[in-house]
Amino acid sequence: MSDPAIRVRGLAKTYQVPVRGAGLREALRSLVRRETRPVEAVRSIDFDVAPGEVVGFLGPNGAGKTTSLKMLSGLLHPSGGEARVLGYEPFRRDNDFLRRITLVMGQRNQLVWDIPVIDSFDRNRAIYELPAERYRRALDELTELLELGDLLPKPVRNLSLGERMKCEVAVSLLHAPDVLFLDEPTIGLDVTMQRRIREFLREHNRRTGASILLTSHYMADIEALCPRVVVIHHGRILFDGPRADLVARFSTDKTLIVDVADPEADLSAYGTLVAKDGGRSTLRVAKQDTPEVTSRILADQSVLDLTVEDPSIEDVIDRVFQDAAAPEASPSESSG
Amino acid sequence: MRGPIRLGALYRALLRISLLDQIQYRVSGAIWMIGAILEPLVFLVVWGTVAENQGGSVAGYEAGDFAAYYISMLVVNHLTFSWIMHTFQYRVQYGDLAYELLRPVHPIHNDVCANLAYKTIMLVILVPAVALLVIGFDPRFHWVAWSLATFLPALALAFATRFLIEWSLALASFWTTRILALNQLYFMFLMFLSGRIAPMDVFPGWLQSLAMALPFYWIIAFPVDLLLGRAAPAEAVRGLMVLSVWALVAALLLRMVWARASRRFTAVGA
Repeated sequence: MSDPAIRVRGLAKTYQVPVRGAGLREALRSLVRRETRPVEAVRSIDFDVAPGEVVGFLGPNGAGKTTSLKMLSGLLHPSGGEARVLGYEPFRRDNDFLRRITLVMGQRNQLVWDIPVIDSFDRNRAIYELPAERYRRALDELTELLELGDLLPKPVRNLSLGERMKCEVAVSLLHAPDVLFLDEPTIGLDVTMQRRIREFLREHNRRTGASILLTSHYMADIEALCPRVVVIHHGRILFDGPRADLVARFSTDKTLIVDVADPEADLSAYGTLVAKDGGRSTLRVAKQDTPEVTSRILADQSVLDLTVEDPSIEDVIDRVFQDAAAPEASPSESSG
Repeated sequence: MRGPIRLGALYRALLRISLLDQIQYRVSGAIWMIGAILEPLVFLVVWGTVAENQGGSVAGYEAGDFAAYYISMLVVNHLTFSWIMHTFQYRVQYGDLAYELLRPVHPIHNDVCANLAYKTIMLVILVPAVALLVIGFDPRFHWVAWSLATFLPALALAFATRFLIEWSLALASFWTTRILALNQLYFMFLMFLSGRIAPMDVFPGWLQSLAMALPFYWIIAFPVDLLLGRAAPAEAVRGLMVLSVWALVAALLLRMVWARASRRFTAVGA
């Protein structure tokens, strides 16, 4: 078995955040004694990513996703544990390591704002010392896959957000990195552009075999790209495994969509009525009760159509975070 | 260590991009340049007037000498200045530096190229401005061949030293987001001790000694003195040696501060 592209063991990051009470007295006191409070952004996480694997890194805001990505790309020094990416310790930022990775941050810009896109590409060609032939090949391929032809001669400031993001992704991949860290690469984009970026990433992964660690708040990104997900919350990993298992493990309900002939029929006795539109009722039913409830509905009602669905991954994730948050709001915590 | 050929290729590409970028900012660049021309122009007029009111000269400088001094000062200051201390904190604050840290080249290379690109483009304004000042103020240059020959190496060393010092000081942005006060302090010293307000000969002895004990005189006023032929051969050689030492000290300072600053950055994040 080949070595993992990314290997993380006990990785932790604690920030020292300055704290100060309100008022003049506290302000003066802080001049003499500066107080800080440790904030554990990431608390001892473990996972591996195999070469060529695409892994979704999920978690709510402040869960530790971006901190983890920054540690793995070399922007942050871990407070504890170990991270290896392609065999390198990222925080050393070895030039050989930097040539083999890339980090795309959806809300940040690395293209030069006022000059044509192609000139920013050329800058990266020089920085990564790409031979002319290799650069030309990479540029042609990225131009074709992302349909950049018309965008390359335009100044970055004249691009729409979606166009700019396509160019950001392309410039980050010119040097053909083996590992891609993508932090919210589709944030703020319209649905069409999100799909375009997704399709491109899937195709890029298929063609190059690069490993991808992706964070996104859009579950569609995760469903389209990531057979495996790692769920992180309050700096801890809550789940690591196949995406399908996440739904199976955390969903306790199924959704029943029932169409009956009588538009006035009340099906709330069979489960939690989530929605009703004429003769169509949407019910939430405990997973283990689903067969029995389904039989009863079919026996009792004149059913035109009935479908049983797993909840969306979005609902499941929401539930995971809510469950994980519940102990945090315990009386001992809130009173302390 | 990068080979000179690889570094040359990198600089060619970065310079080309920087030139394109600076051309986009030509109007604001030109306005900055006009400000840079006005500063020595004001001092030139003031000191020229003072000289005339004091019977023709101040500390051996007549009006024509002051004109030559400030025209030379304009050229040297333009060719050695950097804006890095004004902008670095924003790169840290807004996260641009994060991308720079993930590239396999030190961020200073791009800054050097951006600086050289600006200076090159602004020659379009500088050269006619100098010509107009020469016509308007009748400067008295005493050019000496050997002194002029030492000017270029001194200018290159002065640029390198000033750039490295200001890049190192800009790194204070890693420790505090409010570096304007530090910048102000530095620019005060630079203004007084580099000869930009007045030639060193006008200052009392102790202030001249202080200016020469620090890098300020050497990174601006010394190349000006060489251009004006005001340094004796031994002083010129000594000056080049002093500047070389300062360049080395500045390089070591940058190396040391950068190592700590990037460690701090990776501890705190941005």
